[in-house]
Formats: sequence, structure tokens, C-alpha cells
Amino acid sequence: MWNWQFALSVLPQLIAALRITISATFVAFLLACILGLLFAMAKRSGVKPLALAVGAIVEFVRSTPLLAQLYFVFYVFPKFGLVLTPFLAGVLTLGLHYSTYLSEVYRAGIESVPKGQWEAANVLNFSRLRTWLTIIIPQAVPPLIPVFGNYLIALLKDTPLLSAITLVEVLERAKIIGDNSFRYLEPITMVGFLFLITSNLLSLIVQQVNVRLNQHLK
Amino acid sequence: MNTNAETAKVQPMVRYRNICKSFGDLKVLTDINLEIAPSEKVAVIGPSGSGKTTLGRMLVTLEKPTSGTIEIDGEMLWHKTVKGELVPADEKHLRKVRGNAGMVFQQFNLFPHMTILRNVMEAPVHVLGIPKDKAKEQAISMLKKVGLEAKLDNYPRQLSGGQQQRVAIARALVMHPKVMVFDEVTSALDPEMVGEVLLVLKEIAEEGNMTMLVITHEMAFAQEVADRVIFMEGSIVEQGPPQALFGNPHNQRTQEFLSRFRNA
Amino acid sequence: MHPPFNILVQLLRGTVVTIELTVFAALLAFVISFIVGFSRMAKFWPLRAIAIIYTEFFRGTSLLVQLFWVYFVLPLFNVNISALAAGILILGMNFGAYGSEVVRSSVLAIPKGQTEAGVVLNMKPSQITWRIILPQAFMIMIPTFGNNLIELLKSTALVSLITLNDLMFQGKMIQNTTLRTTEVFGLVLVIYFCLAYPLTLGVRWLERKITVGRA
Ligand SMILES: Nc1ncnc2c1ncn2[C@@H]1O[C@H](COP(=O)(O)OP(=O)(O)OP(=O)(O)O)[C@@H](O)[C@H]1O
Ligand SMILES: [Mg+2]
Repeated sequence: MWNWQFALSVLPQLIAALRITISATFVAFLLACILGLLFAMAKRSGVKPLALAVGAIVEFVRSTPLLAQLYFVFYVFPKFGLVLTPFLAGVLTLGLHYSTYLSEVYRAGIESVPKGQWEAANVLNFSRLRTWLTIIIPQAVPPLIPVFGNYLIALLKDTPLLSAITLVEVLERAKIIGDNSFRYLEPITMVGFLFLITSNLLSLIVQQVNVRLNQHLK
Repeated sequence: MNTNAETAKVQPMVRYRNICKSFGDLKVLTDINLEIAPSEKVAVIGPSGSGKTTLGRMLVTLEKPTSGTIEIDGEMLWHKTVKGELVPADEKHLRKVRGNAGMVFQQFNLFPHMTILRNVMEAPVHVLGIPKDKAKEQAISMLKKVGLEAKLDNYPRQLSGGQQQRVAIARALVMHPKVMVFDEVTSALDPEMVGEVLLVLKEIAEEGNMTMLVITHEMAFAQEVADRVIFMEGSIVEQGPPQALFGNPHNQRTQEFLSRFRNA
Repeated sequence: MHPPFNILVQLLRGTVVTIELTVFAALLAFVISFIVGFSRMAKFWPLRAIAIIYTEFFRGTSLLVQLFWVYFVLPLFNVNISALAAGILILGMNFGAYGSEVVRSSVLAIPKGQTEAGVVLNMKPSQITWRIILPQAFMIMIPTFGNNLIELLKSTALVSLITLNDLMFQGKMIQNTTLRTTEVFGLVLVIYFCLAYPLTLGVRWLERKITVGRA
């Protein structure tokens, strides 16, 4: 049933496509980290309309499927003149989707910084931005790294959805190979293992980063 | 009150024989030999980490001795005899013998998802198989005894620490064990609640029948209710009637321990 | 009917499939969560090993890859199951793997003193599990299970990629034939929101109720 020779012959193509998967993962996650923080700060800003608007966006994005959002961004935005490549549409949507989860994580982290820290910064006459950048974020974020790591890996496993908007990432490549050769077993199974390996590697990296960044807390 | 001379004749309720206990490399108890007579009240004192809790937990099977044997009311707890040979006990045997012992914990360990009444009824109904209405009756009368009949439908978190500990005592008593272990039952309490719990303990002691192993830091209480006080530090260092042990300790370690206590 | 209501009828037909899929997959996931979660804590090590391999596999690969595997590969082994059955099976098994972690960590979160109190009252291990540990652990599980249910609902959209005619599939099909892209995809998003948001509110309400009860 399983043909090793065929499997090995298509492996290079899959690995090439895996590079697309991984770059999409990192670009989208970076975007999610930045957007998520901005959302969390906006919700705490004290500017009511801003907080409400951001809150509504977050609720809506969190309550709808990523796939439906991908279709919307990729097929509807061009009607309004915004034509995006599959990769760009994909990472933007993925980034936005995960930023809504991360903003919740940031919120919990920010709330766990004792009130006295804000007060101390106030007394020292720090500007609001300076307080965020030098007092709050450095304390709030490092403990969140394991949770961020979980979301990074979840995001990785959502990248195959980008095949629905014609991005040829690793799963789409496997399907194309299957369509051409009528052999689906090897390519799709190998994609499964590639995800297993990649997600475990990522989780090891996250653990290392966590140890590095949180050493001083022990 | 029993004297040691009297207790020597009857079969002891509890017998620790050559008990040793280690946690990994850490030797916690060495060669404990201890007999407790029926209805005797034994207080155990000693510094922190001296193995008092471990001694008590072994009697209710929460810790397994590394070597030695324990008997409750003449029955081996951790072993059973098969064709004249001692073999490790199985779960069934443990359950049978454990039914004779009860324990009250420092941290109460009430079941937070059950009302006070259900906390006390749960084991009689589901372990002893007592019909619900009868178990309820017994539970209520036991809760009355500890002064909590007004709290039947409350949940543990709605009670003060002292009240919770009294419920825990009722929960243990309603199983009618022959011997009870009390492990520093007042240590987790605010000072103003210590008295109410000790009062309940004293009442149980004064009723007379219950064999009690009371681990405590309350020296005055030990002096008042105990027939015998044991000072331990990894092994039994010194024991005797309370007047003797508190009034005229022979061992130097005991003296040091007690003097530290008086000054504190 | 007038636009966009003529589209709506077809979309609602797909919505029914989405709801069916969510309900059955959730039930399957719930059962698997407990079986696998308890297997991970079993004394018998082969059972533990199987449970670990199961969770690692379903959590380490990707849901869409799993769906594709069942859809493209299983027929090669002459296993032919309907797209609906495949969807329920894979969604249930995938979310069951995540749920098993929830079960395990909730059970482990119950203080040891609770087990000890049960032992001292001479309860059987099964009584301790059913009467003392599980009722408390269940309270801890509820909010996470609730959130997983919402994630499951959202994930059902993936089955459209293996040709199951759920809400997402209907949307894509209507868009293809009518080219009323903005309306169709907009409506799809709104319908999903109307399904998921009440769940979100419900989970938050439960969560508040449970934490108030505990404090
Ligand atoms: N489960 C365990 N694993 C490892 N070590 C343990 C364990 N339980 C107890 N110990 C160790 O055994 C020793 C005796 O503990 P034990 O709790 O019996 O002392 P204790 O006399 O009750 O002390 P305290 O007065 O503080 O309650 C301590 O050094 C403790 O750290
Ligand atoms: Mg102790």
C-alpha cells in the first residue's frame, strides 16, 4: 500500500511548501502579538468609544470561523478595491483572528501586575507610554510565554486553511500531488507527520525561550 | 483514668511494632513500638518534622510503613496471615481494618460541594450502607453534639474555621471508629476559634470509650485530657503520665523542647 | 422572495447541518475526553501510553489534515463513510483529545486532602472518584468545555472543504453561482456570529456563577 519510493520522491516538494507554511505562521503570529497588545491597551485606555469599538471587533472576530473570515477578506475586499495576494490575505486574517485571543491573554497578564506598580510609575511622573513600555509590559509579558506558545502552535495548525484561498502551502501541495498522481496516502500522511514534527519543535523552542526569559523569576 | 499497669493486661487497641518509615532517603521514623489501650487517650508532642503526622497517617493507611507491623484491635492493618505467613494486605483487607479508625485533619478537608449535613451523611450511607433517614438522624444528632445543628444546609465555605473543624469531627465520629487520630486539629484556626474545637475534643475524651491519638501543640490541653503523653523526635524519646512528663521530664531533649515552649 | 432573503433560506439549510454537526461532535468529544483523560491517569501503563499517543497525534497534527486524511485516504482502504460521519468522527476525536487534557488537569487540581478524607471515611476508590472528586472537578471543567464548544462550532466550517453541505459550504456555493460575494459572505459571518455569541455569553454567565459560588 505505502510506496516508499514515491513518498521520498515527493518529500522535497512538501518541504518546500512547508517553508510557506512556516513563514505564514511567523508573520501572522507577529501581527497577532502586536495587534493583540494594541487591543488590550485600547480596552484599558479609558477612552470609552475606543474601548467599546475595539471590544466589539474582538467579540465579533472571536465568534466567527477563521475560514469564513478568510473568504470574506480574500473575495470581498477586492470589490472595494483592495486586492490582496493569498499570502497577504491569509496572514492578515490569521493575525487578526489570533490577536483577539492574545488580547485576552495580555489583559490577564496586565491585570496581574500589582496596582502599586502603576502608582509608583505615576509618582515618578512617568508618561503613560513610558509606564506601559518600561513598567507594565516587562512584568506582564514574560509569564505569558507558555500561553503564547500554545497559541503559536494552534496558529501553525490553522495555516492549512489558507489553501481555501488558493495559497499553496504544505497541505495544498500534498493535495495537488495527489490529484496528479492519484496517490493521496503518502503525501497527506507525510503532511500529518510534518505538522507533528514542526509543532513539537516549536514547543521545544517556546520552552527554551520561556526558561531564558523567566530565569530571574525563580 | 487508666494507669499503665492496668492497660498492660488487656489487648491493646493499637499496636505499632518495630515501625520504621522513610521517604526516599529521608528516615522519618525509626523503630517505633507503641501500644495504646482501649479508651486510652494518648497525646503526641514533638518538634516540627519529628514524624508525628506520619505516625498518625499510618494508622489510617494514608502512609505505608517501610517495615514493622501495625495492629488495630488485634488485627494486622498492613498485613494479613495466609497459611501462617504474613503477606501484604490487599485493598479489601485494608478497608476492613481501616473501618476501625478515623482521622481529623489539620486542614479539615471537608467536601466543598456538599452541605454540612451531606458531608456527615455521605460515608454512613455509602460506606456503611445505613438507610438515608436513619443516617440523617444520626448525622443531625452528631452535629448537635458539636453545636452545629443550625448549619445543616450550609456549605463548608459559609462556616468559620472552627465550625468547619467541628463538622469534620462529627463526620469522623458518625462512623463510630474505635480509635481516632486528631492531627493538630487547631493549628489552622484563628486563635479565637481554638477553644470551641478543644471543648468538643474534651467532651469526646470525657465520654470515655474512644481510643484517641491526639497530635497537638496545645500543652495545656494535652495535660488536661491525656492519660499519657509521648514526646517524639523520629522515635519515642520519652513517655509517661502528663504530670510526670510535663512536671519532671528526664530526657534532655524533652526538657529543651518543653522549655522552648514555655518561653514562647 | 426578495434579495437577500432568497439567499438566506439556503444558508439556513446549511445552518441546520452546522448545528447537527456541532451537537453530535460535541457529544462524542465529551465522552472521549473522559475516557482518554482517565486513561492518562490509569495505573496500567499501556493504557496511559495509548492515551498519550492519541492526544499527541490529534493535537500535534492539524484538524484540516485529519479531515483530508479521512476523506482522501480512507477510501483507498475501502472504508467509505459519509462526509457527515467523517466530520463528526474527526471533530469529535480532535476536540476529545483537547478535552482529555481539561479532564485530567481538573481532576489533578482537586486537593489531595479530599481523597484522603474519603480514604479515612473508608470509601471505595470508585466512590471517592464519583462522589468527591468528579463533582468538584466538573465545576472546574465547565468553563473550558464551554470555550471548546465554541471553538468546535467555529471549526465545523472546515468540513465544507470535504464537501459536506454545511453553512460555509452553502455560502461558497451560492457565491459561486450568484456572484453576490459581499452579501453572501457577510451573511455567513453574521449567522455564525448569531450561533456562537449566545454560547459565549452563556459560558461567561456560567463562569461567573461558578466563581461566585466558590468564593
Ligand atoms: N510525603 C512525603 N514525602 C517526603 N517527605 C515527607 C512526606 N511526608 C512527610 N515527609 C517528611 O517527613 C518528616 C516528618 O514529617 P511529619 O509531617 O510526620 O512531621 P510532624 O512531626 O507532623 O511535623 P509538624 O509538627 O510540622 O506537623 C518531615 O521531614 C517531612 O518533610
Ligand atoms: Mg504534622
